[in-house]
Amino acid sequence: MALLDVQSLSVDFRTANGQFRAVDRVDVSVEEGDVLAIVGESGSGKSVSMLALMGLLPWTADITSDCMRFDGTDLATADAETRRRLVGRDVAMIFQEPMSSLNPCFTIGFQIREALKEHLDLSRSERQRRAIELLEQVGLPEPEKRLRAFPHQLSGGMSQRVMIAMAIACKPKLLIADEPTTALDVTIQAQILELLLDLQKETGMALVLITHDMGVVAETAQRVSVQYAGQKVEEQGVQALFAEPRHPYTSALLAALPERATTRHLPTIPGVVPGQFDRPSGCLFSPRCPHADERCGREQPTPADASLGHARCHYPLMAGVPRREAS
Amino acid sequence: MSRSVIVEARDLSRHYEVSGGLFGKASTVQALSNVSFTLEAGRTLAVVGESGCGKSTLARVVTMIEPPSEGTLHIDGHTVDAGEPLDASARAALRAAVQIVFQNPFGSLNPRQTIGRILEEPVLINRPDLSKSARAERAREMLELTGLRPEHYDRYPHMFSGGQRQRIAVARALMLEPRILVLDEPVSALDLSIQSQVLNLLVDLQERLGLAYLFISHDLSVVRHMADDVMVMYLGRAVETASRDELFLSPKHPYTEALLSATPVADPTHQSTRIRLTGELPSPLDPPPGCAFNPRCRNVQADCRTSRPPLSPGDHRVACFHPV
Repeated sequence: MALLDVQSLSVDFRTANGQFRAVDRVDVSVEEGDVLAIVGESGSGKSVSMLALMGLLPWTADITSDCMRFDGTDLATADAETRRRLVGRDVAMIFQEPMSSLNPCFTIGFQIREALKEHLDLSRSERQRRAIELLEQVGLPEPEKRLRAFPHQLSGGMSQRVMIAMAIACKPKLLIADEPTTALDVTIQAQILELLLDLQKETGMALVLITHDMGVVAETAQRVSVQYAGQKVEEQGVQALFAEPRHPYTSALLAALPERATTRHLPTIPGVVPGQFDRPSGCLFSPRCPHADERCGREQPTPADASLGHARCHYPLMAGVPRREAS
Repeated sequence: MSRSVIVEARDLSRHYEVSGGLFGKASTVQALSNVSFTLEAGRTLAVVGESGCGKSTLARVVTMIEPPSEGTLHIDGHTVDAGEPLDASARAALRAAVQIVFQNPFGSLNPRQTIGRILEEPVLINRPDLSKSARAERAREMLELTGLRPEHYDRYPHMFSGGQRQRIAVARALMLEPRILVLDEPVSALDLSIQSQVLNLLVDLQERLGLAYLFISHDLSVVRHMADDVMVMYLGRAVETASRDELFLSPKHPYTEALLSATPVADPTHQSTRIRLTGELPSPLDPPPGCAFNPRCRNVQADCRTSRPPLSPGDHRVACFHPV
């Protein structure tokens, strides 16, 4: 059985202008030891779906799903206490802005020990020892000294290491990293990604990496799920996705990468991601899709089978050409 | 196109005084030290480096938001000298010649002004002789040139997406018919599908108007696409300058080499031979003696710790005693 099994997860926000569907019937399935990347542009719902899972969304969010199971526990029906025991211990999350995720009023040591105190049955000295061990594990020099430091005394890369130390403090089975390196410089990004992958291999935990950077996806993930405007439009193994994207959006996104450019002009995707009031009734990508026809504007596509990358498209791409047979 | 040098910077430096607080000692940050480069019309010089390397300070000095502490800057026939204030007419000419586009189009447009007003403001300040109708006409022209529609003139910034706002920022920069555009991370706040639209716009404008670009970015794949020449900076100094192909194919400075290898490649079959850089950027308040990169360098030897390597002469310039 999968470690995390989410089926048909939808999140609606109650806004002043009515309902807004941020996540639309998304399936996520993560096995033990998996490295799954969720990639998408801003507003694609990639963070919101994971926050829904963690129970971190505000009260204005309505979460519905057919199934939301983590390691045998049904998260949708679990009471607050069960959820609190799980979140932070078995499922941990790190965020984009390490500087603002740490509490500026408390030392690093206090914040790491707090996570340990909350979830594990350790004595004070054992917690201190474990905190030192954790900082060593994430590669921070002079751990005893660092434990007494306040967040403002650390650089961005060091803060992210501290966040990772807190997240892995209770040996989680699943670590969700939400754009963990977006705020960092490239040389530091390389260090942090390497650290995350090393920890993943060492502990066998599953890793879900939310990112918008195709380079990061290519270098870290085993499986990739592509989201667009709240829907999952494609899911494939990383090699297959880059070699043969099935959904026109994925294909267009890859073509827009400057490093794949062959001419001075980059291929573009015309238009913008649909917002709250201009969601098309058919396929959400149809207004921007080069292959769309009148059926795409009318009828919502359903995900194709695994051999076609679960592409949510009427005409999944075969060798770059849409497959248009009588259906 | 004639290869006319339009910006020549010689030994530009910019220092900041930092107060040490009540009991500490005041100190100086060398945000930019002895940076020299030339920029020709119709060409793009990219400046790359990590945070704190001085690339944004360079942008501020070139656009004369701040005067240089030392060094000289020749822009389009005028000279900006450290310590010598510009006379009013030269200042006005330079303001028109150099314009800047900032990173975040959500912060750089006044939410209380219409697009028309935003576009006309630089003209209003720098070219008071132009009539109201001439200003409005020019604003509409620029909207069209940057791929926006004339009816956007009366709208407010919140009605636009990130990519469109960045187009507005570019249109505003073009209002004074500049010859040099300083682009400070122009696409790093944009999504990938929008990024390519803005990059294409910049390519088109350069071809049509013969603009010189000083393109500041940390994204090497964007730099590789856009630049003619590249300058790599580390802790306020240029460590390597070369043409784009030279730099990407045969980097000489160990820092450039590490930077290139740290950039993730969007190809899962790519075998990465990553050079691990240990440690973090040193504080600009307290740079290490000798070569600033020596604590993180894999080629480091004794002389790197004592003296600073000068930039070598030639087309491919590198500041390193033991280049790759």
